[in-house]
Order: sequence, then C-alpha cells, then structure tokens
Amino acid sequence: MPRRPFFWIIALVITVFALAPAIGNDVQMRESLLLAAVYITLASNLNLMLGYAGYVNFGSIVFFGLGGYICVYLVSAQNWPLAAGLLAAGIGVSALAFLFGLGVLRLRGAFFALATIGINEAVQAFVSNFEPWGGSSGIYLSTEVFQPLGGPGQALWIVYFLLVAVMGLSLFLSYTIKTSKFGLGLLAIGQNEDATAILGVPTPLYKALAYTASAFLPAIAGGLYFFKSAFIQPSYAFDLSLSTEAMVITILGGQGTVTGVALGAYLYEELRGFLLTSEAFSHFQLVIAGTLLLITVLFFPGGLMGWIYSRFPRTQRVLE
Amino acid sequence: MIALLEVDEVSKSFGGVQAIGELSFAVQGGEILGLIGPNGAGKSTLFNLINGVFAPEVGRIRFRGIDITRQPPYRIARHGLSRTHQIVQPLTSMTVLENCTVGACFGRENLPLARAREVARGAAAVVGLEDRLGTPASQLTIAGKKRLELARALSAQPLLLLLDEVLAGLNPTEIEHMIAVIRRIRERGIAIVIIEHLMQAIMTLSDRIIVLNSGEKLAEGLPSVVARNPRVIEAYLGDPAPAAELHGHRQHE
Repeated sequence: MPRRPFFWIIALVITVFALAPAIGNDVQMRESLLLAAVYITLASNLNLMLGYAGYVNFGSIVFFGLGGYICVYLVSAQNWPLAAGLLAAGIGVSALAFLFGLGVLRLRGAFFALATIGINEAVQAFVSNFEPWGGSSGIYLSTEVFQPLGGPGQALWIVYFLLVAVMGLSLFLSYTIKTSKFGLGLLAIGQNEDATAILGVPTPLYKALAYTASAFLPAIAGGLYFFKSAFIQPSYAFDLSLSTEAMVITILGGQGTVTGVALGAYLYEELRGFLLTSEAFSHFQLVIAGTLLLITVLFFPGGLMGWIYSRFPRTQRVLE
Repeated sequence: MIALLEVDEVSKSFGGVQAIGELSFAVQGGEILGLIGPNGAGKSTLFNLINGVFAPEVGRIRFRGIDITRQPPYRIARHGLSRTHQIVQPLTSMTVLENCTVGACFGRENLPLARAREVARGAAAVVGLEDRLGTPASQLTIAGKKRLELARALSAQPLLLLLDEVLAGLNPTEIEHMIAVIRRIRERGIAIVIIEHLMQAIMTLSDRIIVLNSGEKLAEGLPSVVARNPRVIEAYLGDPAPAAELHGHRQHE
C-alpha cells in the first residue's frame, strides 16, 4: 500500500472524473471532461520528455494520431475487438517511437524539436498516401462497431471510462517515474546531459526509454478518441496545433511537475470551452493560449506549480 | 601486479594540432599522482580521454586490467572511475543531496535510490556540505560548487578519482579545507590523479608527479626530484611565477 498522499490524490481525481458525469447522466459534462482527460494524457506524457529530460518534443501528436489510425483500422477493417485494437496501438506506436528515438535523440535543442515536427509531417504524408488506411479521405466507422459494446449510447460511456483510466495511468506513470531512479536520471539529463553521462547515467538508453514510454498512453488515447469519433483523417490525426497546445499546457502548468501539468490541462480545457462558446472570443483560443504562454515564460518560468510552490512551500512535500 | 590505470601510447589531436602525443603512464591503487604543466599542455584533454569524453586516435587505456578505450563515459563511470570538472557542472536546480544521489545511484555500485541517498549524505559530509543538503546547487558559492563536484564524484564510491583544478578560484582558507578533504579521501584508499596550478599544494599532496608539455611527458618522479629537473624549470620559464615557486619549494626542503 503506497504511503505517499499523492497516490491518493491521483486516485481521488480519477474517481471524481468517473463519477461526476455518470451520477446525473450528464452527457455535456462528460464530453467536456473527456476532452480534459485527453489533454491531461497528452500533456502528462509530453512532460516526460519536455519536463523531465528537457527535450522539446514538438511533434508529440504523432503518437496520438498513429494510435488512432492503428486502432480504428484494426477495429473496422479487421474486426478486432476494441481492447485488442487499443493494445496494438499502444505497443505498435511505442515500438516505432523506440526506433525513431534511437535516431533523433542524437540531436539536441532546436534540432531535436525540428526533427520531431519532421517525424509528424512524414507520418502524415505517408498516411495520406496509404490506401489501406483510406489515404487523405481517412476511415469512417459504421455504427455497427459499437454493437459489441452495447450500442452507441453505452459505447460512448465505456470509451469515456476507458479514457479516464488512461488519464489516471498517465498520472501514475508520471508520478512513478518521477520518484524512481530512472526519473532521477532523466531529471539530471534535463539539467546537464554531458555531466550526467559522466556520472554514469546511460543517457542514450534513458532518453529512448522516456520517448518510448511517452508514446504508449497517448497512442491508446488516440485509439479511444477516434473510435469514439467514428472517423479519422490525416489532417485531424496529425494536427500540429494539438501538439502546440500540449506544450503550452505543460509550460503553463509547470514543466516537470505532475500536478501542475494536470491542473494546467484541466484549466486550459475549461478556458478553451469558454472561449469557443463565447461570441466575442470564438476561434481565438490559440491567440489567448499564445498570450498566456508568453506571460508565463516571461514572468512565471516555473508555471502555475512553480508559483504555488513559492507561495506555499509546504505543498512541495505533498504535490509532485 | 596490475596497475589501477594504465595509459598506453595514447595520442589525440584536434584539427591537426596534437593535444596528447604517445603518452604512457600508470596509476597504482591508493596513490596520489599530480599532473602539472603549462596551460594548453593537454592535462584536461588527458582527463577527457581517460573518462571517455574523447576517444584517442591511437593507444589503449586500461582500468583494473579492463580495456576501456572508446567506451562511453557512463560505462567508464560504472567501472569505478569518477571525475570533477575544471568548470563546475552542477545540476543547477537540483539540491545538493539530489546531485550526490545521482552520483551514488549510477556509480560503481549501481545502488537503489534509498541506499544511494545514504551514500550521498556520507559523501556530502566528507566535503563539509552536510548542512546544505536541501540547498539547490545554483545557490551555492563557487567554493560550495567545487565541494559539490567533489562530493558528487565521491558518491559514486570510485576507485580512482580525477580532480581537475579543484583548488582554482578558492581563497586560502578554502584551499586549506579542500586539501584536508583530499587527504581524507586518500585515507579511504581511493587513488587520485590531480591537475593543479598551485605548485605548493600539488607538491605536498602528490606521491608522484608527471609534467606534461605540449601533450608529451616531460618528466615523471617524486615531487622533490621533478622540481629539480632542469627541463621542467625550463618549460616553466615562459611563466616565471611557477618556476620561482618550484625553485622556492626546492629550497624549503
């Protein structure tokens, strides 16, 4: 039984996410929280690279999109059950990430960031021309795929609960890595990679493992998300603006912290929902996000969590 | 008996300029070997070759009889070979304890986290940082950062420690403290190779001295013998202060 209070805080968050919309059968709240769960999953896993190892992965959305494609394809064309499709998406994308990682992780700084954008663009270009996956018009699911889950109505709830579980696993993964020896090595790499290698940390392996780990849960989230949408297309699956949003969230919330990134993702989703529905700001969400990012980087380099830590130092002991 | 470290006919050049040329020497277990020479003599390059930052073009390097030539730095660290940097390289936003824990976790013993923290505490105490464990490395003074370099290297529980100018930039009191620390480390049976420009300090600390000039070995031997070597005095003539110090050291005996 874990002694640390943070374990229970994560458990509580998962419970609230699962129960809040289910109690009143509130579909609108479910849709809003589903997006929040996706954002938390994407940002938390991006944080493993960006916040821990200090590597700016600008193309992290490729994991989400590719996971979506693998799952949707297997479920629709090969009649796989959803669970098998999700698992295949997670494992397949992680394996690819490990291979990509061994190559691009030799690069540092801006060159690495550019290479990750390149990977995303290359995969998008490949998928757009890959006929089994529908090329540029993508794949549409018929409602029949929801039958094994008890029809569309029930399937959407099941997908929602699974996404909340993926979000919870993302938080546990971030937390477990951060408090482990592996995490200590990653955080050291983020500070000074050359000195860290001299201290004995196998830096190439650690970076590749972090990159691989950061691919697994986003790929499954992608599978769930596009299964739920019943539709996937290259321009949606590999949308760089979602990548950018995940980065903004991570920096706003506080890179390297588990709580800050999750909180940042939730608040960002709420703000985004508000902006999209308000008449004055509709479609301005990226402008607002950019402004917020600028203010954070200039005045609160530690993000939301850095500010909380400095105002209330005691929180450092409880909130990772 | 196999020497702890054997450097065998090692050469390294940068863009056609020779930094180290066919250099050979050995370090025995438990000894302090002083490495001196004018600026640009190749001392730091030699450290970078030994711990795998650079690969030599020719020659072999063996540690405890194992060939470590061309191994990456993180593998060499696991054999029990640690170093400090001339320009300090702290993990700035991590605390003193975390810095040392990294050293202990990934050092010779490959310790689990909890055990590594214990070793790290011990190493911090050896250099006198035991009351700064929770301080972020960025907030330490220069003397503090130098001690942290040493503590972090010690945390790895090395058999051989490479010290690159740990005394540079310190005031006389701090130097005295650091020399005492180095002696304490040697008493634990850890062999040390030390690069230092402070002649008085290195002459009294070292069991043996190697003088490098333009990447080649100019002299090797007991401090008192090396100090009397006319070629060594000549090499330092372009730099009169150390030559005078060498001379002074000879007269003190």
